[in-house]
Amino acid sequence: MLVDFSNNYFELFEFDVQFEIDIEQLDASYQSLQRVLHPDKFASAGDNERRWSMQAAGFVNEAYQTLSKPLSRATYLLKLNGISIDEETDTHMSPMFLMEQMELREALADVAQSTDPYAAVESVRKQLTASIEKTSQAFLQSSTEQKWDAARSVVREWQFLEKLKQESRVIEARLDDDA
Amino acid sequence: MAYSDKVLDHYENPRNVGVLDKDSPNVGTGMVGAPACGDVMRLQIQVSEEGVIEDAKFKTYGCGSAIASSSLVTEMVKGKTLDEVAEIRNAHIAEELALPPVKIHCSVLAEDAIAAAIADIRAKRDAQASEKSAASA
Repeated sequence: MLVDFSNNYFELFEFDVQFEIDIEQLDASYQSLQRVLHPDKFASAGDNERRWSMQAAGFVNEAYQTLSKPLSRATYLLKLNGISIDEETDTHMSPMFLMEQMELREALADVAQSTDPYAAVESVRKQLTASIEKTSQAFLQSSTEQKWDAARSVVREWQFLEKLKQESRVIEARLDDDA
Repeated sequence: MAYSDKVLDHYENPRNVGVLDKDSPNVGTGMVGAPACGDVMRLQIQVSEEGVIEDAKFKTYGCGSAIASSSLVTEMVKGKTLDEVAEIRNAHIAEELALPPVKIHCSVLAEDAIAAAIADIRAKRDAQASEKSAASA
């Protein structure tokens, strides 16, 4: 069968179940599956086959979206190992980490008042990009060593960093609007 | 999604925004964060020798519901004892602010922040008590 729904997303694209994957291979496999599952190919097929192809296309899309972004790939890998990050219910983070987050948020809140707002927002984003890079390396290490508790903490911090990076883009766009 | 009038009121006129001296023996600090939304909340209480909360301050970076939840909590705790405040549940906050289900986690954040602040001041007081008894022994 072309698409086996009992496969996990890594298996679907013929990857080992691990954090590091070849993104070019992911893109290529995704495109070839998309071609095969294109609705035009099923225009004259029976109802069952057409329904199957739509389900399969949805499954493939979901799998691609999940694996293509490092944070969602990491979260998914945790889930496959039976670990939930409890992103809505578990609010206990390292105080040190929260303190840093608070400082970065304060810095972002102040950019509009600074003499060079673009440089100020850029400086926050540089810090965030560096932190995200470090976090992703930390996840690679702890997941490879199957230290799942550590991997879970890393992903929870990673979520804050990505949110803040999004926020920095919003703030930068607002600077453009005001200019 | 529309915010309730109460959320808007607290969001536009937040009560007790600010900072207390976290190193003071009478101040308990709670810092929590929700990965789902990236919100960060700091809630501080100043507690008398008798265990009554004399002042409360907060600083929250997050959505309107998170700011309103922490603002409301600072109002709720003033004048109460630590034991009374430990009874505050997120359901009280969510109900008072008429939070929709998708924003319930903001009230969870506020409940956890106050619990963390209580734990902090109690740990400080316990440490002082054992220092005193060690000194008198």
